[in-house]
Amino acid sequence: MPSGQPGRWGRGRLNGAAILPPPLVGELQAIVGKDHVLWRHDELRSYEYDGSIDVGHPEAVVLVGSRDEVVEVVKLAQRYGKPVVPRGAGTGLSGGAVLSHGGIAVGFSRLRRILEIDEQNQRAVCEPGVVNLDLTKATTPLGLYYAPDPSSQGACTLGGNVAENSGGAHCLAYGVTTNHVLGLELVLADGSVVNVGGQAVDVPGYDLTGLVVGSEGTFAIVTKITVRLMRIQEGVRTLLATFDTIDDASRATSSIVAAGIIPAALEMMDGLTIQALQRAGHKGLPSGAQAVLLVELEGMPEGLSESTAAVQDILLQCGAAEIRTAETADERDRLWKARKGALGALGQIKPNYYLQDGVIPRTRLLEVLRTVTEVSERYGLPIANVFHAGDGNIHPCIVFDQRVPGETEKVVAAGGDILRKCVELGGTLSGEHGIGLEKQAYMTWIFSPVDIAAMLAAKRAFDPQGLLNPGKIFPKDTPAP
Amino acid sequence: MAVTEPKIETGHGNVVAESPGLQGFLNERDYEALVKCVHCGLCLNECPTYRANGLEPDSPRGRLYLIRAVSEGTLPVSDEVVDHLQLCLVCRACETACPSNVQFGQVMEAARHEILTHHSSRARKVLSWLFFRQLFPHPQRLKRIGQVLRLYQKSPFPRLMAWVLGRHLLPKKLERLALMEQMAPQLSARFFEPATERAPAQGERRYTVGMISGCIMPLAFAETNEATVRVLTANGCDVILPRTQRCCGALAAHSGDGDASADLARANIEAFEAFGFDNLDSIIINAAGCGAQLKNYGHVLQDDPRYAERAARFAAKVEDVSEFLARVGLTAPMGEVSRSVTYQDACHLVHGQKIRAQPRELLLSIPGLDLVEMRDASRCCGSAGIYNIVHPQMSMDVLDAKMENVLATGTDCVVAGNPGCLLQFNLGLKQRGHQPRAVHLVDLLDESIQKGVAAGREQ
Repeated sequence: MPSGQPGRWGRGRLNGAAILPPPLVGELQAIVGKDHVLWRHDELRSYEYDGSIDVGHPEAVVLVGSRDEVVEVVKLAQRYGKPVVPRGAGTGLSGGAVLSHGGIAVGFSRLRRILEIDEQNQRAVCEPGVVNLDLTKATTPLGLYYAPDPSSQGACTLGGNVAENSGGAHCLAYGVTTNHVLGLELVLADGSVVNVGGQAVDVPGYDLTGLVVGSEGTFAIVTKITVRLMRIQEGVRTLLATFDTIDDASRATSSIVAAGIIPAALEMMDGLTIQALQRAGHKGLPSGAQAVLLVELEGMPEGLSESTAAVQDILLQCGAAEIRTAETADERDRLWKARKGALGALGQIKPNYYLQDGVIPRTRLLEVLRTVTEVSERYGLPIANVFHAGDGNIHPCIVFDQRVPGETEKVVAAGGDILRKCVELGGTLSGEHGIGLEKQAYMTWIFSPVDIAAMLAAKRAFDPQGLLNPGKIFPKDTPAP
Repeated sequence: MAVTEPKIETGHGNVVAESPGLQGFLNERDYEALVKCVHCGLCLNECPTYRANGLEPDSPRGRLYLIRAVSEGTLPVSDEVVDHLQLCLVCRACETACPSNVQFGQVMEAARHEILTHHSSRARKVLSWLFFRQLFPHPQRLKRIGQVLRLYQKSPFPRLMAWVLGRHLLPKKLERLALMEQMAPQLSARFFEPATERAPAQGERRYTVGMISGCIMPLAFAETNEATVRVLTANGCDVILPRTQRCCGALAAHSGDGDASADLARANIEAFEAFGFDNLDSIIINAAGCGAQLKNYGHVLQDDPRYAERAARFAAKVEDVSEFLARVGLTAPMGEVSRSVTYQDACHLVHGQKIRAQPRELLLSIPGLDLVEMRDASRCCGSAGIYNIVHPQMSMDVLDAKMENVLATGTDCVVAGNPGCLLQFNLGLKQRGHQPRAVHLVDLLDESIQKGVAAGREQ
């Protein structure tokens, strides 16, 4: 048990002193209201993490209720020289919302209104705290949906998606977040409010929207988002192909794309992932398979049968042992629920995972997966593979146990080895999770000092004091802006 | 309080959490259930308290993280931590959302047990003892309390209180207390007390089933219990109602008194054993919260060598009334109930027992009944046992969101399979100027069958 006397609930004993100076806490409370500020040490523990392994303590958390409150908080932070880090649902996988340099976490969980749905022009205006899937649920009755679908879409927020330029299973056909954001309302580091982009795909002047999407909260704080909505396709076919080796599944992936077919989604899960899902109670997955491919095709019903038959042929040629087709919407949902829950289900194998987000040309899939196996053996760490095969965006998940001394360091080193291989094969560090804290050390592998200096110049233009989400993206020894 | 948080620096200079492993608070088994949470966050948007206040420590992931930190000795059991754990409804919606199948309810009950025994003031312990050991387990005491409350409810006092409240004549603190009084349900006209231990099947006997009558149900919903017996007998069941049965122990378990709930489990097992488990095709319960607890008896008594195996056998027999009726099929004649209703998935049916389709099937089998689905039917209404008394503010916030979805359906008749939900919905309806028309599924089945039988007689 912790040192000192255990607390006696109900005696008004409040532990955990404030970290911030009391006047700052008071001023924060004056801006957002007492109920929406957390400042006691103990409560702040639950804001030290995101969906990955990095940790860092905020000095206070404020849940903002309006854009104007964001402005006031930013100005206050300016005055006290405190870092400000926006936070959506904390499902990120690169430490983007982790406060490595202290400061104030600005939570968006209260700003979750969909402000406008424009059916005719297929767009929606949302507050940053709107949950990705909630937008799709709200627009489905109109035959529309929001296309980028990260696996965490049931919980992650649009604000977080914008910050990380998130992808998802269906990005193979429809692109990542940046392809779906039309305009943004921003609060800059000095507290001024600006609007970038607009209502159309192209707007006059600089594409600042494109610059801010994926900037990981280091340029500005997003307070309103205008997104594109897509028409729900008339027809959809979902196939699950089982393979005896992960090599066969990789070959099938390359062959489908080589044949000129672009599925809406083309996802791979390996044996360890399937095992984890089965242990967690997910039904409908083949036992003992070494790999499965989840292929989804969309389009007009007529053309769909043809492309489905073509895909089935390729899958069989590449050695698929079995192909199942989802017959009902329920079956399809179940398959996707398994795919999207795959990461979380790894908790059934080990209590922690460390997930890589490397990208490789999809023709090199076989090679990189062999490296993953080799790294797994060399370090003696199990690695589950569950990823967007069609994009060449791999997600090796190293499963481990924080409680084993030294294991975490080994895991980070193993992850580095895999990413090194991705870069060697002509790929890159990240497909959709952002750089954050996790991969900043590797930025020099793909960018020259001049490249990095150019990025830093942009950062300086937006945030000369370096208070917006400091310590992210750039390598640690980079001079502060 | 100086508590060190173990952190290590990785090769590339960032700080990641390290875990010292279990130090106390939870036992090994519950701790292992807890560490299956990889804090992916998929539960957040399904959690009613997180949706209401947006605070991570009031989300399932946040709560598990705090419990883990406490168990690993890196966080003291401070009032803030306890408050966040107590604000949980234990609706278990997070279990449905969890891709790793973390048994949140089990972990939270274990944490609350520890809080109640080692980190609570004497006053709280006395209150807990009074309710969970001296009141709920004793049907006769409940009955007597019911008699007193009924007299009170018939007196002019409640109406006087409503008048006073309407004019805000009371100081703030008293007003809260008085509001609770207004929330109290209209009790049934009588206490459910079956005359015999066996109600015979109407017509040919198809099954013999046991029935748990509960603690709150006989007090506040005696009519629903009577309807349950009628529906079962009308559908060819002999219904066994052991007189020695007691409260199932769910309320005690949820509040952290695991020992009281284990005692009640033993008493119920013995009560039904007297009739022979093998003679019973099923043990029926009409309250979702109780059903989830009864099905969990195997877990509750797993460390009791004398009862472990019997508890597992008992638990395997338990079925919610909707689960049973949908499984065996309705044979009684059904008359028309022309009414439009919406169905609320009681948390401990849909999340606790994964029962979603059966009640809807049964509703749709009633001639003339129109089922209008509400949005997010499987989201908690904020009742959660005695939660609405302990945390009135959060309970009302959760109810507000729920009532919006209910009234959007255009009907104000809510069907739910749990007494707490029915009370909560009636309150929500009353607050919004509607007739309190929340009903249990078996009330509707009973009405339909009575009409069907009457029509058959006329022919």
